[in-house]
Amino acid sequence: AALKAVLRSQVSAALKEGRVTPTELCQRCLALIKSTKFLNAYITVAEDTALKQAEESEERYKRGQPLGILDGIPVAVKDNFNTAGIETTCASNMLKGYISPYNATVVQKLLDHGAVLLGKTNLDEFAMGSGSTDGVFGPVRNPWSYSKQYKEKSVPKSHSEDEESNWVITGGSSGGSAAAVSSFTCFAALGSDTGGSTRNPAAHCGVVGLKPTYGLISRHGLIPLVNSMDVPGILTRCVDDAAVLLGSLAGHDPKDSTTIQDDFKPFELPNLTDVSKLSIGIPKEYHALGLSSEILALWSKAADLFKNAGAKVVEVSLPHTCYSIVCYHVLCTAEVASNMARFDGLEYGHRSDMKDSTESMYAATRREGFNDVVRGRILSGNYFLLKQNYEKYFVKAQKVRRLIANDFVKVFRSGVDVLLTPTTLSDAAPYTEFIQEDNRTRSAQDDILTQAANMAGLPAISVPTALSERGLPVGLQFIGRSFQEKQLLTVAKWFEKQVQFPVIQLEEVKRHESGVFQHQKSASFS
Amino acid sequence: QKVSVEVLDHLEHLALVDFRDWEGVERLQKAIQFADQLHEVNTDGVEPMDSVLEDRWCLYLREDDVTEGNCTKELLENAREKVEEYFVAPPGNIPLPKLEERETFLQGS
Repeated sequence: AALKAVLRSQVSAALKEGRVTPTELCQRCLALIKSTKFLNAYITVAEDTALKQAEESEERYKRGQPLGILDGIPVAVKDNFNTAGIETTCASNMLKGYISPYNATVVQKLLDHGAVLLGKTNLDEFAMGSGSTDGVFGPVRNPWSYSKQYKEKSVPKSHSEDEESNWVITGGSSGGSAAAVSSFTCFAALGSDTGGSTRNPAAHCGVVGLKPTYGLISRHGLIPLVNSMDVPGILTRCVDDAAVLLGSLAGHDPKDSTTIQDDFKPFELPNLTDVSKLSIGIPKEYHALGLSSEILALWSKAADLFKNAGAKVVEVSLPHTCYSIVCYHVLCTAEVASNMARFDGLEYGHRSDMKDSTESMYAATRREGFNDVVRGRILSGNYFLLKQNYEKYFVKAQKVRRLIANDFVKVFRSGVDVLLTPTTLSDAAPYTEFIQEDNRTRSAQDDILTQAANMAGLPAISVPTALSERGLPVGLQFIGRSFQEKQLLTVAKWFEKQVQFPVIQLEEVKRHESGVFQHQKSASFS
Repeated sequence: QKVSVEVLDHLEHLALVDFRDWEGVERLQKAIQFADQLHEVNTDGVEPMDSVLEDRWCLYLREDDVTEGNCTKELLENAREKVEEYFVAPPGNIPLPKLEERETFLQGS
């Protein structure tokens, strides 16, 4: 129960009162990581450094001088963030063996707050994908595949068919982080979000996934995909925890000139009781092709929840939604083509044995280092950036981007505070089914509900809402105004309280329970 | 409209990444087809958007003062081929072989 409890008020309090020590907490998480290895959520487990950090935290608690509420809290970081002294691979052959010489700003901030870094989590190669299935270390398995809730609902087709073939994906590309948080191996994890990569797996794994406003959190040290859309993402088990993480990560970074200069004040979320002054927008275009009837019903139910509680719920229109995927496709591949140019084998990463010439060495290195998905995007991006295509595709997409961003501006200007939409089209698909379609098609389909928020740079959060008929998590998304994370999270927290999303029942976690904590319903550390 | 072999070859040279086989080329064709949907949108009078923060902030330049560095050793750690403080590259100024001169599936099309 120690791990399940994971309430900041509980764990942080427990750490402060000495009822549990940071080293005990760290050891339990490490043990749980070992026994949930089959999830393949972690690429690297930094056992020695984590224990050392935990010991240092323990010393601080003993002296009565913890660094804050994150002191001693085990966290995990997606493997596309640089972590000094720890391998950073982006789940690619291109960076296998690459030991970062520095910490990404967000990683440094976590460490400065005393958090214990357990390890690096698995992802789609270079964060390109929506399943966490396309990395060189293999796919990540959704912990809910092994939950009592899912097993009860799945009818095995034959005796031979077992968990092995039935498991479902985590969604992506931050699937490892989502799985790590969902399976209780850490209390929070960092992901990244360019087209939905934090919110999508959050929804599939039943955890909270926050995409902050572009410019709020530093990207320094986050290996870039799309510089104008990437943001570090936060995955936690409850909204309060997301607010805590946000508080420790947000703010101007002189090393990232795309972070805004305004002062950021960390905040605690109020317990909203009166929603009558709230205006919730329901964008009709988010009733997308392929949206499951189940999720449509949940979305509708959620809107009613707000209405019945006195909020103003209005249908709104974001007319250019249907073009956001195409627009993203062009801008993303173009920026990727540019960002991936740094991988040439000279300064870091994989280097081919080819020695004939610089260019042939680069070409061979990239041939050997990148998977099909990455290479495909680089080639497409270069096509759109050709002189004869630049205006037609790249600049055109930039214009469409403005139209998409303006759609949101108009809606928020009309008095809407927060938008409510589904996060995904359906619950998590079985892996065997997911891989039938190629990565680009999948991403195009799956990103439709999350992508536009990245185009417009707006903050968005996926909150676990209910279990599907298959016993798998479904999340709903709230999109807020630029830099209004406090309002967004306040609404999300109210919603979270209303829906009372069930705790995952995992055999492995039960085995690790000890009698230290009372069993609690929620699962946060805040 | 199919992409010509010349353009495919040109892309391989620019990107220094190969299509590998016709499936790779198909992927590009599909990507272009997909992107063509953009032309359905009327963007008359619309300015391209570089950054969502365009209103909020001007990309600033900081003072040209050295604030960090002296990490030659750390930076060289990750390079495979180095000599003293240099990254070693194979000879430059040798262009990749032209289409006719190299073994590639793009030939004979």
